[in-house]
Amino acid sequence: MAIMKFAPQALKNLFLKPVTTTYPAEPYVYPERSRGHIEISIDDCISCGMCVRACPCGTLSVDRAKGTWSIDRMDCIACGFCVEKCPKKCLTMVPGYQTPGGDKKTEVFQKSPEVMAAEEAKRKEAAEKAKAAAAAKAAAAAAAKAEGQETPAQ
Amino acid sequence: MGKRSVIPYGPQHPVLPEPVHIDLVVEDERVVEAIPSIGFIHRGLESLVDRRDFNQMTYVAERTCGICSFQHGMGYCEAVEHIMGVEVPDRAKFLRTLWAETSRMHSHLLWLGLLADGFGFENLFYQCWRVREKVLDIQEMTAGGRLIFSVNKVGGVLKDVTDDQLKFILATMDEVEAELKVIKETFFEDYSVKSRLVGVGVLTAEQINALGAVGPFARASGVNVDMRKLGYAAYPHIDFEPITSNDGDCYARCYVRMMEVFQSIDIIRQVIAKMPAEKDLAVAVKGNPDGEYFMRVEQPRGEAFYYVKGNGTPNLERMRIRTPTFANIPGLCEMLKNTELADIGLLILTIDPCISCTER
Ligand code: SF4
Ligand code: SF4
Repeated sequence: MAIMKFAPQALKNLFLKPVTTTYPAEPYVYPERSRGHIEISIDDCISCGMCVRACPCGTLSVDRAKGTWSIDRMDCIACGFCVEKCPKKCLTMVPGYQTPGGDKKTEVFQKSPEVMAAEEAKRKEAAEKAKAAAAAKAAAAAAAKAEGQETPAQ
Repeated sequence: MGKRSVIPYGPQHPVLPEPVHIDLVVEDERVVEAIPSIGFIHRGLESLVDRRDFNQMTYVAERTCGICSFQHGMGYCEAVEHIMGVEVPDRAKFLRTLWAETSRMHSHLLWLGLLADGFGFENLFYQCWRVREKVLDIQEMTAGGRLIFSVNKVGGVLKDVTDDQLKFILATMDEVEAELKVIKETFFEDYSVKSRLVGVGVLTAEQINALGAVGPFARASGVNVDMRKLGYAAYPHIDFEPITSNDGDCYARCYVRMMEVFQSIDIIRQVIAKMPAEKDLAVAVKGNPDGEYFMRVEQPRGEAFYYVKGNGTPNLERMRIRTPTFANIPGLCEMLKNTELADIGLLILTIDPCISCTER
């Protein structure tokens, strides 16, 4: 009789502690790999926009001039493609799901002023260097031209 | 002949959360004809190909279904890999097989629970779902999501399963097997279960072949179709035989799915034993897909069919998914003929319908 086979299991269940937990009173421990939400260490971001182009949902946006990175948490499907694509590895997928909310909010991360200033300085330096290099090149070209003109005259 | 009337069944009904809609033509209490209509939850996933590139489509394909999500992603990736001539590293193939089988286990356990709920055996329903939870824990631990894995990419997989995790999986498999043995006895031998399932909704092998049914639904009628035998992922290295039954009734469908859970446990053990030690998980993929390919994978519900056509640009030209439930609906309508109205819920359940992925 199969009912006899199931009866011990059913009786056992009466005395086992519940399989379910009383979340959120008893917090859930997520495994390390759990794909909860995206976090960014914003000061490492170079505003390249690779994550924006990778995201299948179009939840991300980057503003290089303002130094911001923003995400619509509600639209994110926690796929982790942006994390994979980021060249600076400044995005991470961390455990812990988003709390549900009544409306869509865009979360904006802003780079610190020091980093912005440093970046600005770097950009200026790079621009100057490029200018100098261009000037040097032009000079070299002019010299070569002059030389070239001299040669056939001989 | 009694008076005929039409009873609209669904899209919302008490048996299952799937929004299947069927018009039942009944004569007294007997169903004489069943006319399905689908399209209530069409999402237009296939048309996203012109706005998402082929790498992003992996994540879209995966979200076709919440239960066999892994196999959707895998089917899509394998199709693109074939077009591009990419050879996936062996370890990635074995990991894909591992995850494909845990998906099958949890899907079948879900179905067995729903079946028990369908014939009113609440306790058995809870037992099945309690066991299923352990499989979900494996998935959450290894892939980071309980149901949506997001570990596939064109060229391989994104995450490795560590040796400790493999040991944990083996230990869990032992636990699950022990607990399932108790549940199995009840499903196979209990008087009340048998009285609801034996001899109900019989389809013969000829009918199955004529209507093109797939998966456990077809195997329960003695049609030996299993796409895993085509040898994608690591299945050529695995020793297994498809499980079939000749009865073609609801009991046979329950038998096939229950035995497939045990088979999956066995396959997972083989996969772990044969797992290659190399650490390569993916190969770099260059360029865009140009060409077309048909990929067939065996999902928990049966054969899923992927057609992918690329034209050398990042966006594919066409992607078509034919899910197993779509192939099983004609069989379902045939099966519903000449049955009692009271059995309808249970009968629809026995094809394991997944309407959300049918309508994509
Ligand atoms: S996790 Fe996926 S959906 Fe979310 S922001 Fe990153 S790419 Fe977009
Ligand atoms: S890919 Fe990384 S570095 Fe580039 S914008 Fe996004 S977060 Fe910043």
